[in-house]
Amino acid sequence: MRRAAHRDTILAQAGSRWDERTGSVTMPVYQTATFRHPALGRSTGFDYSRSGNPTRQVLEDTLARLDGGARGFAFSSGLAALDCLLHLLAPGDRILVTEDLYGGTFRLLERVYRPLGIEAVYADTSRVEEVERCWDDRVKALLVETPTNPLLKVADIRALSALARARGALTIVDNTRLERQERNALAVAEFLSRHPRVGRVHYPGLPSHRGAATLRSQASGFGAVVSFEVDDPALVPALLARVRVFLFAESLGGVESLITFPSAQTHADLDEGVRERLGITDRLLRLSLGVEHVDDLVEDLDQALAA
Amino acid sequence: MDDRTRILHTGRDRDPHTGASSIPIYQLSTYAQEDPFELGAYEYGRGQNPTREALEHTIAVLEGGEEGFAFASGVAAISSTLLLFQPGDHLVVTRDVYGGTYRLLAGLFRRWGLRITFVDMSDLGAVEAAITTDTRALYVESPSNPTLKVTDLAAVASLAKARGLLALIDNTFMTPYLQRPIALGFDVVVHSATKFLGGHSDLIAGLAVARDGSLGRRLGGIQRAVGAILGPQDSWLVLRGIKTLAARMDAQQQTAEALALWLAGRPEVKTVYYPTLPGHPGRDVHLRQAKGGGAVVSFELADRDSARRFLEAARLPLLAVSLGGVESILSYPATMSHAAMPRQERLARGITDGLVRLSVGLESERDLREDLEQALATAR
Repeated sequence: MRRAAHRDTILAQAGSRWDERTGSVTMPVYQTATFRHPALGRSTGFDYSRSGNPTRQVLEDTLARLDGGARGFAFSSGLAALDCLLHLLAPGDRILVTEDLYGGTFRLLERVYRPLGIEAVYADTSRVEEVERCWDDRVKALLVETPTNPLLKVADIRALSALARARGALTIVDNTRLERQERNALAVAEFLSRHPRVGRVHYPGLPSHRGAATLRSQASGFGAVVSFEVDDPALVPALLARVRVFLFAESLGGVESLITFPSAQTHADLDEGVRERLGITDRLLRLSLGVEHVDDLVEDLDQALAA
Repeated sequence: MDDRTRILHTGRDRDPHTGASSIPIYQLSTYAQEDPFELGAYEYGRGQNPTREALEHTIAVLEGGEEGFAFASGVAAISSTLLLFQPGDHLVVTRDVYGGTYRLLAGLFRRWGLRITFVDMSDLGAVEAAITTDTRALYVESPSNPTLKVTDLAAVASLAKARGLLALIDNTFMTPYLQRPIALGFDVVVHSATKFLGGHSDLIAGLAVARDGSLGRRLGGIQRAVGAILGPQDSWLVLRGIKTLAARMDAQQQTAEALALWLAGRPEVKTVYYPTLPGHPGRDVHLRQAKGGGAVVSFELADRDSARRFLEAARLPLLAVSLGGVESILSYPATMSHAAMPRQERLARGITDGLVRLSVGLESERDLREDLEQALATAR
């Protein structure tokens, strides 16, 4: 059997052999609602775009190949994808979830699924023994973010999925991190950890990070998200007003570098007490590193921290 | 203002910065902020997008509701609306409900503890008898899909109001151009915007409109939390489609009316279902609450075999699922729109093996009639 292609090859050629008729090397955009049937009871494999669309299918197949899964599915947002997965559970089930999770996931679990009878149990998934301690017979799925958002704690995916499989539960990993801009991330994390006005720096690429070894064993990089604490909450608004290269905006993973204030933005839906306990304080800022030149990024933070 | 004018001038369909006559497609995920403690009105694309908002505003104005919401599909709009309810709640739903909605209710939501009774909504006594202390809403389609059964909307809405229930309606077949259920007392209107609103069979989209702000806030919270939103490109395409809604509906409806009358006189056709056809049991009620019969005609041939021969012989309409496009579409509900319904349930609703559904497009009436005529000849 031929070995599977490398990730770079799969990425470069997604959809490149789909269009037999014209040989187009890019995937056509099928902007259509429905598909003509050749005859009654016969189908081209595509009937209606909600159920299947060639453009979406190539994306779904590519994702499945990249992740080594059997099937992929594309949705209108990340939360819509998670919502679909949660429909695999039934009322009365529990789901064990990473405690410092994305605020939107927290909102979905608490506001939509708790009333439907799904109970989320939150645990520090970077500690396998804590996951084991929180487990009971009603837990039917484990939802892990690693590295976590915004504190970048690392979970041992191998150990956790073995644990879940042995108990007949699903393991779901939110894998929304990318590796492309990590050289910038490492340089910025190193700069920040030397800066006098910066306290803790959360980045698994720093040797001091507790999960560095685990992440090295299960991922090919450390990602492009760095979170850090400044020494005084009053510095936060000044710093956000002074950044010139970083955009002050919510989200991550873009080609442009972003700076986010999690306690007021991405994690505003968590109770304040929970935020404080997890470390999502009023001094914590999150960076998503883009592809700008590293010197511009470091200089920008340096002048902003001088506020 | 006349409906034809209002469709083109809803107030939010142009760019406030440049005056561009068409709202820009805001293809983005996030917005730069000024102040960490006072975030701007625009924070993140799932929550807010100006292109999507222009569409949401437009459908709210056209339906006469406070707030509109755009979703990734009609089914996504319906499932997000159903999340207004809690486990143990009971809904009374029209028996002739779209197959996809049936699957959602009888499959997914029943599992989450929602209880559903399907009743014939043209029988108000039956609706009233189905209401229990746990009932929270009545859910209607009128005319229904595919047998075009008519429900008295004002009567259902006033029954809902008297019993403290929400009145929900899927207005896909009529669009707000022909029928405005909120003015008749409904609380939430949902749409598959894939159909007449989009109008060109080139996208999948759903809409929901809430009569009042408090219901709107709850629906908006669900839209943001679940995230089954419509993207900016498709939002823009639906807006573009809506601009010609009146012209398309007028022309397609005129052809549909003529074809329905003609089909009723054909020996190969057992029954024609069209809301304004003389003899349709719901005709008077329909004409009271809507401006016309719409552009969908269903008709029954002798049996499965005649239907097969007819569908294979028709050349102009596409054989496909969906409806409401500029091109005519023929579908076979038994294996297409209502495949999710068990056979006995389907037959009880008149969706027999001889039933075909025609969505009439913008082709010439004469070409369509000639094509149907030759196809019927093979079905004898």
